[in-house]
Amino acid sequence: MSRLRQLWDRARPVVAVPLGAVILGLVVAGVVALASSVFTPQGFDLLLPFKVYAGLFGGAFLGLDHITNTLVNATPLIVAGLAVGFGFKAGLFNIGADGQFLLGAVMAAGIGAMLATAPAIVAIPVALGAAAIAGALWGFIPGALKAWTGAHEVVTTIMLNFIGRSLVAYLVLNVFQAPGFSFARTGPLGNAELPTLGFLSPDLDRLNLGILIALLLVPAIWWLLFRSTLGFEIRTVGTNPDAARYAGMRPAVLTILTMSLSGLLAGVAGGLDILGATHFIPASYGTTVGFDSIAVALLGRSHPVGILLAGLLFGALRAGAGPMQLDAHIPVELVDVIQAVILLFLAADVIVRQLLRIRRAKSGLEPVEAATGSYGKQASL
Amino acid sequence: MDVFSIPVIGIVLQLIVYLIDVLPDLAPIAIALAAPLALGAMCGVVGERSGVVNIGIEGMMLIAAFMGFIVAGFVAQAFPMDPLPIFGATPALLLGVAAAVLSAMAVGLLHAWLSITIRADQIISGTIINIAALGLTGYFNRLLISPNPRLGAGIFATFDPPAELTSIPVVGWVFNALLHQGPITMSVIVIVIVLQVLLFRSRWGLRTRATGENPEAADTVGVDVIRLRYRNVVMSAAFAGLAGAWLTLEATSSFQNGMTTGRGFIALAAVITGRWTPIGAWGAALLFAFSDALQVAVSLRPPSGQLGDLLNGIPHEAYASLPYLLTIIILAGVVGRSIPPAADGRPFAREARA
Repeated sequence: MSRLRQLWDRARPVVAVPLGAVILGLVVAGVVALASSVFTPQGFDLLLPFKVYAGLFGGAFLGLDHITNTLVNATPLIVAGLAVGFGFKAGLFNIGADGQFLLGAVMAAGIGAMLATAPAIVAIPVALGAAAIAGALWGFIPGALKAWTGAHEVVTTIMLNFIGRSLVAYLVLNVFQAPGFSFARTGPLGNAELPTLGFLSPDLDRLNLGILIALLLVPAIWWLLFRSTLGFEIRTVGTNPDAARYAGMRPAVLTILTMSLSGLLAGVAGGLDILGATHFIPASYGTTVGFDSIAVALLGRSHPVGILLAGLLFGALRAGAGPMQLDAHIPVELVDVIQAVILLFLAADVIVRQLLRIRRAKSGLEPVEAATGSYGKQASL
Repeated sequence: MDVFSIPVIGIVLQLIVYLIDVLPDLAPIAIALAAPLALGAMCGVVGERSGVVNIGIEGMMLIAAFMGFIVAGFVAQAFPMDPLPIFGATPALLLGVAAAVLSAMAVGLLHAWLSITIRADQIISGTIINIAALGLTGYFNRLLISPNPRLGAGIFATFDPPAELTSIPVVGWVFNALLHQGPITMSVIVIVIVLQVLLFRSRWGLRTRATGENPEAADTVGVDVIRLRYRNVVMSAAFAGLAGAWLTLEATSSFQNGMTTGRGFIALAAVITGRWTPIGAWGAALLFAFSDALQVAVSLRPPSGQLGDLLNGIPHEAYASLPYLLTIIILAGVVGRSIPPAADGRPFAREARA
């Protein structure tokens, strides 16, 4: 008992604000749902918030198939969240996870379909490797631009997101398009699909190797950040670039390396999403993973374990959204409202602390203080 | 020898001749497309000159576009009225513009509170506004607009300049490009010039620039830094609101999720390229808009010969990427030489307050 108490005392300053933001986010979403029930066919209903919560919870956790759905949704969120959080640790704000994710996805889908008949042991690593390289390249560009010219990564990565979407459309329409479908898309993946646990139960049919890879990446990134020399240098550059330079580190090289690795992770997230869950990519792939991953990284305070938990939470919300819409007749987009409110409360952590009487807690967004530091200025070389 | 057949240089010459040839057709489109970029850039200039970075312009535009569309649509549904003789304005459209501007100012107040009072990281604050705008408008779009597919108040009409003016040889097309426009596009030129004068010739402008360069010094000589920053961020958001109104009440008569498509960020690049001056930012916005309009020009008036083969061979997706690509290239080229206000992005706290 006292051990638990000790653990809570240690964890409380770190988790209190994110936890409070999540609770307040759910409360506000309930109120929004209640208010918007006026516009839905079934009319005003005081019990609606509880129907929403029950729908979300049931859709995310009650039943093996729903848990599978949560984990499948969480897989790309965790990996892309690690990508954004990794950048934050170096003081870099990678809003480009969206484009890196999409390029990883299109390469995995295209190369995977070409290797559909190759043995799985070849097809999967090659397709996933292609996704990683494409993502890393799309992260390298803003990293190099920042290091060499000082162009801020927030603007360049957003621009690269739009260019990335056009590139995906071009690749699907002109390079990877498979014949015999009613719309432009890549071909079947065959052996490049990630193996699933479907042989145990049909409810587990979508539970694929991707979640295992995501779970292994969490300690791997933790080790890289907190136990390796590279991680030490990245964190030093993130906290104090000048000190890092005096200590003989090279901020320019580290900036490029961090953005490339961050892009690589986002590319892998896209690859896992395609190879594990979606199995093809259309010319215009409507995914929100790229931007959700920013929310995941902020809520997880850029720590791999926090990102794991935040990724599972948002995965559960996405999984529960469909059943919630069926039960409560509130659009699935309510999840985006919940996410938005959580983020707003994270930024305005003062409100969270006052409402929930949290003291001693540090600022909710402390690990990313360095993000503003270099806006519009020449990056240090 | 025919200069147009020299490799590379010939193609470049052909391109220049083609651009000059299509300029009268290209200019009105580009000036209209530049309107939201320029307005967004004005939002950035006024905020950043006082020391507050605003990454959330995109989100402010999106919320304004949505609110403008919804208010105009519902008012038009409830009180259908005939348009006024000028700009085809209806009470619904005017109320829509007001709703767009006010909603953007409300978001501006949130950004001001987060970045000035709470002293949260301004880039994070802006990004959160962007993500929240995408989520909230997406939800209410599904809730309010999807069941009402006929919702909408139409769009403002363009002004028709007299034919005597536009048919003047050589310069007539300039009048056409500037005047054959909707009200928001036309107001941009006035706003830019007024802001340029105010920023460099008025007391408010001097105080704003002083606060952005050295808030401590401004504070010492009696400028209320906090209040000035609040006022600038909230007032500047009105320009982002006008840009949003342009999207749903002047350019198109519908709302689509994420319809700002990065305009808020291109505006930000225009601020940097224009060295934090209203006129400069407007010039940069025009440049980005021209690259966007080029796609229209090539499809409307396909060039002939070698150049035609080249331009028509470029895939549609590449043209769509052109403004974004140009933004990156110009940003990379200009950033080192373009110096932001010294206190840009730095929160202010009086030392005396213990």
